[in-house]
Amino acid sequence: MPVATLARSVLLEARRGGMPWLAAASLALGLGAAAFLSQVALTDAAALQLAVLAALLRACAVFLIAAQVSAATLREIQDKGLELMLSLPLSRATHYLGRLAGFAACGVALAAIFSAALLFWAPPLAALLWGVSLALEAALVAAAALFFAMTLSSLVSALAATAGLYLLARAMPAIQAIAATPLPEETWAGRIARGAADAIAFVLPRVDGATRTEWLVYDTPAPGAYAAALGGLALYALLLVAAGLFDFHRRDA
Amino acid sequence: MTRAAPPWVCGLLAAALAAQLAWHAASRPPRAAGEALPPAPAAGALRLAAFGEAQAASRLSMLYLQGYDLHTLDYARLTGWLRALLELDPRGQYPLFAAARVYAEIPDPARSRRMLEFVHEQFLLDPNRRWPWLAHAALLAKHRLHDLPLARRYAAAIDRHTTAADVPLWARQMEIFILEDMNEVDAARIMLGGLLASGRITDPGEAAWLKQRLEALEARR
Repeated sequence: MPVATLARSVLLEARRGGMPWLAAASLALGLGAAAFLSQVALTDAAALQLAVLAALLRACAVFLIAAQVSAATLREIQDKGLELMLSLPLSRATHYLGRLAGFAACGVALAAIFSAALLFWAPPLAALLWGVSLALEAALVAAAALFFAMTLSSLVSALAATAGLYLLARAMPAIQAIAATPLPEETWAGRIARGAADAIAFVLPRVDGATRTEWLVYDTPAPGAYAAALGGLALYALLLVAAGLFDFHRRDA
Repeated sequence: MTRAAPPWVCGLLAAALAAQLAWHAASRPPRAAGEALPPAPAAGALRLAAFGEAQAASRLSMLYLQGYDLHTLDYARLTGWLRALLELDPRGQYPLFAAARVYAEIPDPARSRRMLEFVHEQFLLDPNRRWPWLAHAALLAKHRLHDLPLARRYAAAIDRHTTAADVPLWARQMEIFILEDMNEVDAARIMLGGLLASGRITDPGEAAWLKQRLEALEARR
């Protein structure tokens, strides 16, 4: 099956490119930071370790996936490897989806390793739910990074665009809450600012509701809220895939 | 020439975009109205979260505070936040501006007094920079709360604690006029006479006007 073959080649490239070592380094960094902070905490040391480790691993997973997708895709474009691949008797959708499947599988592998590390502190169900959410979040970031890497011509631009989209999505609820400030005298500029923030939020994913540390430290999420968080991620990933396919089909080479 | 995308890809893109917009429209807003303000973090914790950008973090946190509904705001927590933000950026004027001009100007005397006391407390930590907010607090105490002793206490604090040359005389003279309003004519007369005798008033017009006031006070005796 061509999609599976392409996905396997992407996974192989990630393995040879040092992704396992980077994942191990992220784990070591997270565990080291958590161990240090637990030594200086007066109380709640286990929860502190868990919260710090989870937050660090989430950030590492997102960064590693974004960097891997952007670097691998742009290297292939610059080495003319993509042109060679496109000369094969495969549809463009197969090319695109095969690559994306490989990168998403990378994200799933990272999420599995990172959530397994949390099992030392968190209940298994909480770690599982957190891990599934991280896997989907990583897949979304992979889709965004692939879209930007295919569209933009340099690694810095692609990485900056991916990071910008992700950070803006994380910050958007706070931005909207600030924009909704009830000032005594509302001006036109204030109304425009609030409208602009709301409009931008419409085309961003709600990543703030996914992969939450409170699921690990306190209670597992309510099924409805969890499904809504994951559904939002999946929907936005689909939008990015559709946009990427649209752009890839219009590409000359 | 640019290639065309197949119709199914265009359809998928349109459908995915429509679904994203519909999903977002149907989801809960980021923060419900009337949500309670959480307890204030310590200034040290804010400094850690600011990554060295204390001035930016202090101002952004003020925007965050503004997002809460004024009428249901817990003023004990609010003063905790404002105190922490001033500790984060002591030269920042935003927290005191909001305290004196926004949070103290609500029609609830108890909460208004609490905020005025906060302004007074913070004024004492840096009188030469923070006097304008205490001057405004004195005006609020006088005109909104109709509490002349409180207004006099704030006005007296400005006169006693400010030492900078750029503090205007009207701010230092506030106590005299509040004493007048309190019918404490003798005290006002002594203070006004003392001010004129001290030589701190160099502007002839201002000196003449104050002399006129002193004569009017003498006539009222």
